[in-house]
Amino acid sequence: MKKLRTGSKAEAGLKNNLITLAIVVVFFAVAEILVSAGVLGSLFEGLLIPMCYYIIMAISLNLIVGILGELSLGHGGFMCVGAYVGAVFSVLMKSAIPNAGLRYALALILGGLAAGLIGVLIAIPILRLQGDYLAIVTLAFGEIIYKIIQNCYLVSDKNGLHFSFAKPIDASNLDLTSKKDILNGAMAMNGVPRSATVISSLILVVITLIVIFNVIDSRSGRAFKAIRDNRIAAESIGVHITKYKLTAFFISSFFAGIAGVIYAHSNALSANKFNYNMSILILVFVVLGGLGNIRGSIIATMILYALPEILRGFQAYRMLLYAIILIVMMILNNNEKCKAFFSGIWKKRSGKKKEDAR
Amino acid sequence: MSLLEINNLGIAFGGLKAVDALNMKIEKGQLYGLIGPNGAGKTTVFNMLTGVYKPTEGRFFLDGENLTGHSPIQINGKGIARTFQNIRLFNDMSILDNVKLGLNNKQTYTVAEGIFRSPRYHREEKAMNEKAMELLEVFDLQEQCDWKAENLPYGKQRKLEIARALATDPKLLLLDEPAAGMNPNETEELMETIRFIRDKFNMTILLIEHDMRLVSGICEQLTVLNFGRELTHGKTAEVLSNPEVITAYLGE
Repeated sequence: MKKLRTGSKAEAGLKNNLITLAIVVVFFAVAEILVSAGVLGSLFEGLLIPMCYYIIMAISLNLIVGILGELSLGHGGFMCVGAYVGAVFSVLMKSAIPNAGLRYALALILGGLAAGLIGVLIAIPILRLQGDYLAIVTLAFGEIIYKIIQNCYLVSDKNGLHFSFAKPIDASNLDLTSKKDILNGAMAMNGVPRSATVISSLILVVITLIVIFNVIDSRSGRAFKAIRDNRIAAESIGVHITKYKLTAFFISSFFAGIAGVIYAHSNALSANKFNYNMSILILVFVVLGGLGNIRGSIIATMILYALPEILRGFQAYRMLLYAIILIVMMILNNNEKCKAFFSGIWKKRSGKKKEDAR
Repeated sequence: MSLLEINNLGIAFGGLKAVDALNMKIEKGQLYGLIGPNGAGKTTVFNMLTGVYKPTEGRFFLDGENLTGHSPIQINGKGIARTFQNIRLFNDMSILDNVKLGLNNKQTYTVAEGIFRSPRYHREEKAMNEKAMELLEVFDLQEQCDWKAENLPYGKQRKLEIARALATDPKLLLLDEPAAGMNPNETEELMETIRFIRDKFNMTILLIEHDMRLVSGICEQLTVLNFGRELTHGKTAEVLSNPEVITAYLGE
């Protein structure tokens, strides 16, 4: 009896995770088929890769905000680190590693690790803070990261690499015939190979999902939730708060870095894209999808990311409608009366269906 | 040698001495009560024994080992576990997960092993599930193991908190007002449970309580605190008939 009960609970959790994975895969498969059949325009196809990296961003942020319970407003900064490390690696290794797939895979790993490292470095000082203070400091760090990258200059010529911070490199010292700009301050970074495809991005979403699900359903995930629910009680039973917070920050920023690498390999790259608007946008996806609810994050990202594009026909009123839809979603999500109303309709309909079936 | 020995323990918050020159000796297997009027400093003693507060004077020893000034996590590792006056459960997690968190430090698999589902992950999770279910059965909570902790009735939340503390495999269990907010039936049941834990796990228990029925029913020894100082200590019946104690509780 008791084994059956715990077993059935674990199975229910596994089933839930598989449903979430299936939603993602089926959605992208259908979208791809519709695009190739010409039902959806090429505009929509262009949305699929961004949707992938936004989903990765949302579920990795949910690990910190929803599962660990700390409000982080600097997630865009980690994405920025991943994007630039991955992009610079790909540009530098263009001739050294001719195989584009291998180069892209290495860029992903390197970008993820770099972002994870920065995540841990930032987490160490802010672990002493909680709540609003932590949110403010992460916001500041996110801004600092992209500002720093905006001030980096990196040029390669036949003599090697030249790096300068805050001021452009003096061209008189360079060999102009073989000079190639890699990072050029606030200017967009060009020449990153467009290695990201819908399929590879989708695979990365699936990997992220599996890893995050497995983390949540392990002793680390339980410890994250314990810290969120009651820090004092967690300490009293010997849960190492610092260790688990650092772990959560590493995993979360690692995947933000991966999302950044995908971004860098599918878009023109400029650092001001990763300002606090990006971090807030991701937070909106997470909050509307439900804190701690991974499937919710995914669905909210799909809807809210596609929405501005779908609303393009309304031109000037586009963002107005977007805001109204956001507000309506928030109300529907959180208002008890609305919830009861909808679940009432749902019950009536499913009740009717049963009667019809008889 | 006593299991817990408290020597001259004290703490001052600014000019206020919340606890002053406290001495206690608890033998292995004893059921020991710490009583006193509101504000006497009982919970402060618990907070010092579990490392939440650092004592400003004195020391305490568990099994002869000086634990004064260690962090809550270290002290829990050395074998002191506690419950809280205002119940502190992981409300949004299942009852089983609450107990499994108490077993967290007994596990050795790493984060990466958790992600890649190594054989050790499966082995340890399975062993932990069984251990947690055993503990839940002791407290008759096995039927509700997949409920959220916050949905349990009050009396059972208290029990779950004790189960979670026991999961960390302590030598000494500190219970902070376990009967607070319970009706007479629940208190009766709780007394049974506390006795049962002592006998089954051969546990040493130190408890704070205001409910005199519970105190006189199960405690063997008592220490009475008043305004941060020890008023008296000794066998339960003697202490409770001491006129000074009665005055402290009821006033002149």
